[in-house]
Amino acid sequence: MVDATDAAFIALTVVTIGGAISALEAKEIIYGAVGLAASFFGVASLFFLLDSPFVAAFQITVYVGAVAVLVLFTVMLVREGKWFGDSMGPAASFAALVTVVALVFSLVTSFFAAGLSTTSEQASAPSFVDIGQLLTGQYSPVLEILALVLAASVLGALTLAKVEPPSEADALVKAQTGDEREGA
Amino acid sequence: MVVALSDYLVVSALLFGVGIYGLVTKRNAMRLVFAVEILVNAANINFIAFNRFLWPTALGQTAVLFSIALAAAEAAVILAIVVVAYRVHDDVDVSELKNLKG
Repeated sequence: MVDATDAAFIALTVVTIGGAISALEAKEIIYGAVGLAASFFGVASLFFLLDSPFVAAFQITVYVGAVAVLVLFTVMLVREGKWFGDSMGPAASFAALVTVVALVFSLVTSFFAAGLSTTSEQASAPSFVDIGQLLTGQYSPVLEILALVLAASVLGALTLAKVEPPSEADALVKAQTGDEREGA
Repeated sequence: MVVALSDYLVVSALLFGVGIYGLVTKRNAMRLVFAVEILVNAANINFIAFNRFLWPTALGQTAVLFSIALAAAEAAVILAIVVVAYRVHDDVDVSELKNLKG
């Protein structure tokens, strides 16, 4: 008998895995970005099923809200014609597929051999209060460092992506091509 | 049928397999970013599932919060690098980006 939780779990599995596959295999990369967002959303819903609503909300905010939008903007910034023929050859892809299937198969058999299929959920799930106490108590230094890392990465991304004055960039390109010509 | 720990682990393993496959076969920098994010998500599912089934303290969820925040920071930097690579090389095929090759 399949009850509501099982049905939800199966549907979310399909959304998560299907979204991930379409992210990598969709012809147009913009559809791939949408598939990736769907996959993130599926993962967030799996967190809900696992009684971790705080992590699920965080996942939706950060991944579906921020990262997916960032990816969409990057895809739109880079010209469209560049997205075709972006895979290895068929032989390399087939070899990778066989290796990955073997990897996943061995992982899954080891899960079942370890008896994890009979493990059922613990009675109580940790609450918001516990997470908040950990974040502000024992792990508050980690939180501070994480804030610094986030600030540093955003500053770094801005510095990297900053548009330089055209004359300077031209000079750089000219110098590079000149070096190559001399080297050849 | 009750959803057991191994079911979540199987989903996580499948997601991990998809991510590894993308990381190995794709040459487009954006697809590689997608693959890395998928891998991080697979790892997070594992964390939360083990936390819920075997060791229900808040530590597992806190670790996943840190992991998500780090992955977001990493995504921001990688996407900036992709934009710069496109601007310099007019291409995002990673096999064409050979400037750092020794």
